[in-house]
Amino acid sequence: MSARELWRLPARALATAVRAGECTALEAVSAGWDGPAALWERDVHAIAHSDPGARAAGAGAAPSGPLAGVPVVVKDNLCTHDHPTTCCSRMLDGYQPPYDATVVQRLREAGGVVSGKGNMDEFAMGSSTEFSCYGPTRNPYDLARVPGGSSGGPAAAVAYGLAPLALGSDTGGSVRQPAAFCGVVGLKPTYGRLSRYGLVAFASSLDQVGIFGRHAGDVALLYALLAGPDPLDATSRASLPPDVSGWDGGVEGLRFGWPANLWREGVEAEVVAGLEEAAAWLERAGARRVPFDFLPGEYAVATYYLVATAEASSNLARFDGVRYGHRDPAGHDLHALYTRSRSAGFGAEVQRRILLGTYALSAGYYEEVYLTAQRARARIRREYEAAFSRCDLLLMPAAPTLPFRLGEKLDDPLAMYLSDIFTLGANLAGIPGLSAPVTPAAGGLPRAVQLLGPDDGEALLLRAARALEVRGERARLDRSHEVEFAWPTKR
Amino acid sequence: MAHEAVIGLECHIQLRTRGKMFCGCPAEFGAPPDTNVCPVCLGLPGALPRANRAAVEAALRLGLALGCAIREESVFARKHYFYPDSPKNYQITQYDRPLCAGGSLPVGEAGGERRYDLERLHLEEDTGKSSHPVRAGDRAFSLVDFNRAGVPLLELVTQPVFREPAECAAFLAALRRLVRWLGVSDGDMEKGQLRCDANVSLRPAGAAALGVKTELKNLNSIRGVERGLAAEIARQRLLLEGGGVVGQATLSYDVEHDRLAVMRSKEDAHDYRYFPEPDLPVLRVVGAVLEAARAGLPELPWTRAARLVGRYGLSAHDASVLCEQRELADYYEACAAVADERLAANWVMTEVLRVLHERAGSIGEFAARVPAVRLGGLVARVAAKEIPGPLAKQVFGWMLDEEGGVDELLARHGVRAMGAATDLRPLVLEVLGEHAAAVAQVLAGSSRTLDFLVGQVMKKSRGQAAPQVVRELLETEFARRAAGESPPRAPRGGP
Repeated sequence: MSARELWRLPARALATAVRAGECTALEAVSAGWDGPAALWERDVHAIAHSDPGARAAGAGAAPSGPLAGVPVVVKDNLCTHDHPTTCCSRMLDGYQPPYDATVVQRLREAGGVVSGKGNMDEFAMGSSTEFSCYGPTRNPYDLARVPGGSSGGPAAAVAYGLAPLALGSDTGGSVRQPAAFCGVVGLKPTYGRLSRYGLVAFASSLDQVGIFGRHAGDVALLYALLAGPDPLDATSRASLPPDVSGWDGGVEGLRFGWPANLWREGVEAEVVAGLEEAAAWLERAGARRVPFDFLPGEYAVATYYLVATAEASSNLARFDGVRYGHRDPAGHDLHALYTRSRSAGFGAEVQRRILLGTYALSAGYYEEVYLTAQRARARIRREYEAAFSRCDLLLMPAAPTLPFRLGEKLDDPLAMYLSDIFTLGANLAGIPGLSAPVTPAAGGLPRAVQLLGPDDGEALLLRAARALEVRGERARLDRSHEVEFAWPTKR
Repeated sequence: MAHEAVIGLECHIQLRTRGKMFCGCPAEFGAPPDTNVCPVCLGLPGALPRANRAAVEAALRLGLALGCAIREESVFARKHYFYPDSPKNYQITQYDRPLCAGGSLPVGEAGGERRYDLERLHLEEDTGKSSHPVRAGDRAFSLVDFNRAGVPLLELVTQPVFREPAECAAFLAALRRLVRWLGVSDGDMEKGQLRCDANVSLRPAGAAALGVKTELKNLNSIRGVERGLAAEIARQRLLLEGGGVVGQATLSYDVEHDRLAVMRSKEDAHDYRYFPEPDLPVLRVVGAVLEAARAGLPELPWTRAARLVGRYGLSAHDASVLCEQRELADYYEACAAVADERLAANWVMTEVLRVLHERAGSIGEFAARVPAVRLGGLVARVAAKEIPGPLAKQVFGWMLDEEGGVDELLARHGVRAMGAATDLRPLVLEVLGEHAAAVAQVLAGSSRTLDFLVGQVMKKSRGQAAPQVVRELLETEFARRAAGESPPRAPRGGP
């Protein structure tokens, strides 16, 4: 099989081809880099670190398993012993960890190969992948627009065909929003289902490793391989993860919540049209729409930015230039070493959030600010629980807009923060969420919807994503049936 | 105006667990620098902590022994400060919901203990160890060894219940005994396994309100605690009595030079920005674990000392000495099971402790050489007056280096215990025959000359006779002679 074909294959088909000897693992891993898809990388810049030697070594080490030879782009905040892990920050430029994150280790054990490290907003703080010390990633469907963020690199790489799967992280929407902007499936699992060991922490109580794929079935496969308890992550759930093998089981009888009040204002018409389309498809596939008003967004953004920045200010304290990472040579005493290294190593957005978080945890403000946010968070979770007593899933926008232009929100942090308004609730509540593409908007930009489920609702989310993938034509399709991915066209 | 001091202590106890608090690295002392480290205790990006069950169990042991209230759901928290030996620039500790609260530690001899109330006891991790400055040519720099980073610590905070530095010293000694007794720590202050900070303030005697306090840091010996506090109390007293005020500060004390130095004043006080550690779930102590910890608790030292007094009739002082170490008390009781209890106590306190002191050995090593029943056998023979004291001490000396029971040792060294009067009578008569002048003096009332004669008999017995038996024999003999009885037949060869 030629590289021309291999790079288009879903992960499952690619692994089958490798196991059947139709191609070598190295050919499978290299397909994206050597084939037509490679033309994209120079324009899109989805990858922060690429190492053909490490790829070849990975392919050589793993010719079998359910992911035999499948290349997977890994976001640059997941530790890999054979690639740098820098969080796209000057602070960690050149840093290569001595260990693999648990999810990377499980990926390799299943035969998967790290294809490259995906570009991202520095330390996952951003919604456009413009805050990377290596320069922005662009949206393959329109190079003047952002791919979303912070996992913009992995999302874009999957979209243009570098790899069929990618790993990202989602603290407030950093998987679901870029997946929506790039027209791929993006899953944020239930908090605690994918190990965070080896994920460089942004906000520990919100962070969750997420999965990008071109196909719901690929995402289900990778989820099944990675999910489960990890003794190295005390916040991982001890119970067995939900069984997602029924991802192609259809949505007959499923009740999806329709909180139309959320998009009555402030949401682009194209996005709303996408929601109507998705609802119609799900209904045609046998699901039932349950309209009700739902308002968790009122204080969710404020709550999120208090909790996330407080935890970030603490998690990022370890980057001080003493043991690893950027050390300012002019730091001639301890205080100067700290302040100069951190001032030069961290970008403006990271520094902004460290300052906000430090304030939130300061004596005299902690009770008023941080504890209030925690109480609000508990209430938000109860509101989601109440919503799931009325429906099985919630259907809502992944982002209020279609992909915006590079630079459009760079100087307006609040506008940038608001692009997460529909996604961060799931992180505050710890529930799983997924974004899935619907038909592109006029002009060809990807358009997507978000589905949210209760704790351990991954199986239902993937079934709904599969139903949308087959355009609602039938509730259940033969597993061999693959829907051709809507590829971007080079312009 | 007279001032009184009010002192509270913060003690850090390094736990003797195999692994560190939040990772599996060995917690041992003395490995080459930076060899017992991993991504977790080095604070590498992405690494996450996981609580060490053994450390939690050790904390429960100490907490239960001190009578603390054990919190079913306690919470780890992050305490932030930047320092190169703190790998994450925060320490994982416990803050507003510690594992143990309240409780008290009894200090003093059996029956006369005073209980010092505690505020809390919580788990946390140690930092790395800095050494500085290290000089290289014209440059000075600091080195950090991360082997200690993440070693489990218990922080024990007392109420402000002390008035005198000596009380603090006694408290620390009692705490050290307890942590060793429970096996939770080696408690060696020189190795930093037990560390102590003290908060001290002065107030007019009898006043209820507390004065401005200062904190004395890193007092790394019991003597350092006592002397450092004395120096700081003297300093504050001088200030107050001169009409000045005490400024809130953190000081260090140099015990070598008896010098206090200000480390930081109130203006540089840290804001530690505590918040609950999001990487660790709430620490739940389920009933079964608590019950297992309670059931596994040994008899506590103060309870045991009281029992030794009640059961064996020992003095409070002796019972306290024997309960200084759990193994010593065990040894004593095993000894007392086969011999006279009070005599056994004397033997353990004088002979055994002397040997331990001279040879700088542990009671465990000693017991391996001289098991308690072996010593008990000897003591029993002494109690039965079969072996005189001086000879018994000689036998004890042989026991340290040789195998064998009491009789075997005596035979090996060619001596025979002359405890019984029948053994000694011939010697007594022999001596009386040789020292006619002395006999006359004794009959004339010189008790000093009687001592001389006792000595002569002892000499003839080559130390194998019991002096009190000899004395009794001599006195009986003189009583008979004074009563005009004819002397018994002298042994052959006599006058």
